[in-house]
Amino acid sequence: MDLGNIESLAYSAPELLLGVAVVVVLMLDLFLKRKDVLGVITLFVIVFATLAAKLQGAGDQGWLFNRMLALDSFAVFFKVILGLAAFGTVWMSLSSKELENEHPGEYYVLVLACTLGMFYMASATNMLMAYLALEFVSQTSYILAGFLRGNRRSSEAALKYLIYGGVASGAMVYGMSLLFGLTGTLDYQMLGDQLTAAGGNGPIVFIATTLILAGFGYKIAMVPFHMWAPDVYEGAPLPITAFLAVGSKAAGMAMLLRFFYPGLSEFNGDGTWTAIEGVDWPSLVVLASMITMTMGNLAALRQDNIKRLLAYSSIAHAGYMLMGFVVLTDDGLKAILFYTVVYYLMNLGAFLVLLMVLNNSGREDLEGFRGLAWRGGALPAAAMAIFMFSLAGLPPFAGFIGKFYLFAAVVDKEMWLLAIVGGLNSVIALYYYARIVKAMYLENPVDGDPIMVADLPNSILVGVMVAGTVVFGVYWTPVINFAEQSIQFWGR
Amino acid sequence: MENILTYMTFIPLLGMFAVLALPRDNYNLIRWTALGFTIPGLIMAIWLYANFDRTTAGMQFMVRYEWIPRYNIQYIMGIDGLSVTMVLLTGLLCPICLLASFNIEKAVKGYFALFLLLNAGMMGVFCSLDFFLFYIFWEVMLLPMYFLIGIWGGPRREYAAIKFFLYTLLGSVLMLIAMLALYFHNDPHTFDMLVLMEQSGTYSRVFQTWAWIGLFIGFAIKIPAFPFHTWLPDAHVEAPTAISVILAGVLLKMGTYGILRLCYPVLPLATQDMAFWALAVLGTWNIVYGALCAMAQTDMKKLVAYSSISHMGYVMLGMATLTPQGINGAILQMFNHGTVTAMLFLLVGVVYDRAHHRDINGFGGLASVMPTYTGIMAIAFFAAMGLPGLSAFISEVLVLIGAWQYSKPLTIIAATAVILTAGYMLWMLQRVWLGPVNEKYADMEDVTTRELVTLIPLAIIVMILGVYPHAVLDLINPTLLALNETVLNATPAVAQLVAP
Repeated sequence: MDLGNIESLAYSAPELLLGVAVVVVLMLDLFLKRKDVLGVITLFVIVFATLAAKLQGAGDQGWLFNRMLALDSFAVFFKVILGLAAFGTVWMSLSSKELENEHPGEYYVLVLACTLGMFYMASATNMLMAYLALEFVSQTSYILAGFLRGNRRSSEAALKYLIYGGVASGAMVYGMSLLFGLTGTLDYQMLGDQLTAAGGNGPIVFIATTLILAGFGYKIAMVPFHMWAPDVYEGAPLPITAFLAVGSKAAGMAMLLRFFYPGLSEFNGDGTWTAIEGVDWPSLVVLASMITMTMGNLAALRQDNIKRLLAYSSIAHAGYMLMGFVVLTDDGLKAILFYTVVYYLMNLGAFLVLLMVLNNSGREDLEGFRGLAWRGGALPAAAMAIFMFSLAGLPPFAGFIGKFYLFAAVVDKEMWLLAIVGGLNSVIALYYYARIVKAMYLENPVDGDPIMVADLPNSILVGVMVAGTVVFGVYWTPVINFAEQSIQFWGR
Repeated sequence: MENILTYMTFIPLLGMFAVLALPRDNYNLIRWTALGFTIPGLIMAIWLYANFDRTTAGMQFMVRYEWIPRYNIQYIMGIDGLSVTMVLLTGLLCPICLLASFNIEKAVKGYFALFLLLNAGMMGVFCSLDFFLFYIFWEVMLLPMYFLIGIWGGPRREYAAIKFFLYTLLGSVLMLIAMLALYFHNDPHTFDMLVLMEQSGTYSRVFQTWAWIGLFIGFAIKIPAFPFHTWLPDAHVEAPTAISVILAGVLLKMGTYGILRLCYPVLPLATQDMAFWALAVLGTWNIVYGALCAMAQTDMKKLVAYSSISHMGYVMLGMATLTPQGINGAILQMFNHGTVTAMLFLLVGVVYDRAHHRDINGFGGLASVMPTYTGIMAIAFFAAMGLPGLSAFISEVLVLIGAWQYSKPLTIIAATAVILTAGYMLWMLQRVWLGPVNEKYADMEDVTTRELVTLIPLAIIVMILGVYPHAVLDLINPTLLALNETVLNATPAVAQLVAP
């Protein structure tokens, strides 16, 4: 199924919904006195858009808008995750004290627009479309990161994000133009076919690939394109930090997979892939993966600001996810998708608890967690401990299962060095996750630490995240089945 | 009683939720509820002991359910002669340690909830026969242990807790990689340990060696074998009394248990190659090194901790010999060390509760102040020294008999080390219990009924096994003989023919 512009609209319900909502919320902002209604409307729009995306998934596969976008279960998977990430962000924003009196109308419009861009990132199968979607998400993210105008750190975050983003996407566009010059096409599928047919352009394709990887790597915070992450995570309002950590990364991952799998590799039919001849991008990414996780984990060891710590942890997790990317098997892809789900659960959960602490005490550093369990915060502390151990990859939590699949994919390919580096990294990572647990449980509160009061809405969502983290740690068949269906994307 | 092992594992877990649901301030209710959930484990352990088939080497009380069928991950539980002793030990020590924890005053609810989780994890490790399930339980134990040491421990508890955590996780990660390698090496992929054992002939020597090393490091950290032992003195010393007992009594055994459960039958060729250096030599070194370190300690708990390193060396040496006596002696030593060291830690805990320090030189003449206590102490001390008539003697002698057929120099070194053991034990006994009474502790209270209830059952077992070791040997003998044959008869020729 290869649809033109008008026919494609019938399959664009989630995007249309989000697009209309952007306009409607902006208009309502002019008339409504009670701005918190806007947040609730946004929340509902995102729920409906996510549902629409999920329902779309049944059966239909094809290209939309003259092969600009793919309509496949892979896109559906990521749209659902991205919708859920946006949902969590808006939910957090509703109770965030940082964002009080900070122009909610514009804020929610930007969140909706950013979500829309991410939806396109998940489904773009054309270099131009991919670039536009990526830029759309980046532009809105820059503003969102700098949304706390009175806060110097927030402005710094926005500026850094902008500059790094500009450089990375510039490199990416250059890489794309090289590929376009070589093949005369922007379409991923045709690109792959052309490159295979032509052959012999190894070095130049490799350079182009490396440049394009800069753009994707920047979105998923892969070393050496990660430098923005700690500062932006720290400066941005907390809900936006969560959105960047969970949503942006998932969207970037989706693009990365789509580009490299049908584009720069060929499906062998038996669940394995081969990189196109002469372009050894897997080795490059193996190296990037090892450096990313090691660097992320080592840098996280000494962080006292929890947002920065989680930023470095998210860098490390990008490295883990790349382990599934480099093995060139369906098992690896499945592992990445599975990991995206559990990463969403445990990371968003951790940000939610951090938000509760921040709202309560105004602190977002390690000392804000000091003795949390002993000053009324027994349940948030227990939840945070579960998220931390899950992020560290300990059973019986979902994070372990996620890591298990990634390691399984790597061991199956007998990439022992990568497996061992990944394993050692899990040990290093435990140390800083345990630091938070230690602060909450092993240290006693000192005078002046406020009694922890957990608000109900955030507690509910934390409860859902805990339930997911624990249940999928013991029985994860539904999730792995979902992941398995979702790797049936175009081009295989 | 088909699901008895499942019950033994999951009743404590239910107990954890029950304890969590209780009101926070009713300490006694929490304590007795927690105890109530460990008693079924003890009763079932006794039932198992009575009903265990002593004539077969195979698995008993097996259950098998699908868990994640898509990836052939199963829920398999079962015990043989190797695991039954460990299940008995766990079933016995858990209620005892729980009773010994009744003096915990800080965050009581959390303590007992975590203790029950730990109990479930330990039982699960010894019962599970699916490698994936085994790994889950193995890791699950880490979490409560981290908190139990870290929250309720001594002055350096935070350091000790994280050190324990990181060391063990390092081992686990290598184990995970080896586990996955084994999983993918079989077609169809499986974690079923019984299938892994059956297929052991198809693994090439090189593959076996690497997998063996990965698994061994994971287990050696737990034993702990030199040079992976440095977490142990910290963790044991800082942990609260009952947790030290669990650490020494059960957790250390998991290392040697794991080697016998996985390395031996699944990777027999590598075991033949590696046993001498990795088990026999390291084991002997453990014996001597642990004893020498113990001699230099002035902290009673640290002394007992190092003595554990020394005693676990006998287990390693016995296993390495691949003789019926040696391997039987190793398992018996695991059981005996579990009971004897448990007593030693409990005894140290008794004086610590009263004097609030454990300095060996800070006491004197306790024998005349606390006569009952001293009587029980003597049993534990002489058992630890390996005095004939008490349990540890039999197992050490069996190990040495096995070792004599294997390597005479190592046997001589290991046997000589018994003198060192006697040295540090008697020296501590002399400084703490004999000599002039230290006036500061002249009116120290003798053991209470609660403490007696924790100590007497162990003392009785130590004495019975000293004269009638067949109470345990009968259980383990068929399985271990079969295991021994498996390893000895594994031939590289067959393996290399089939290997890819």
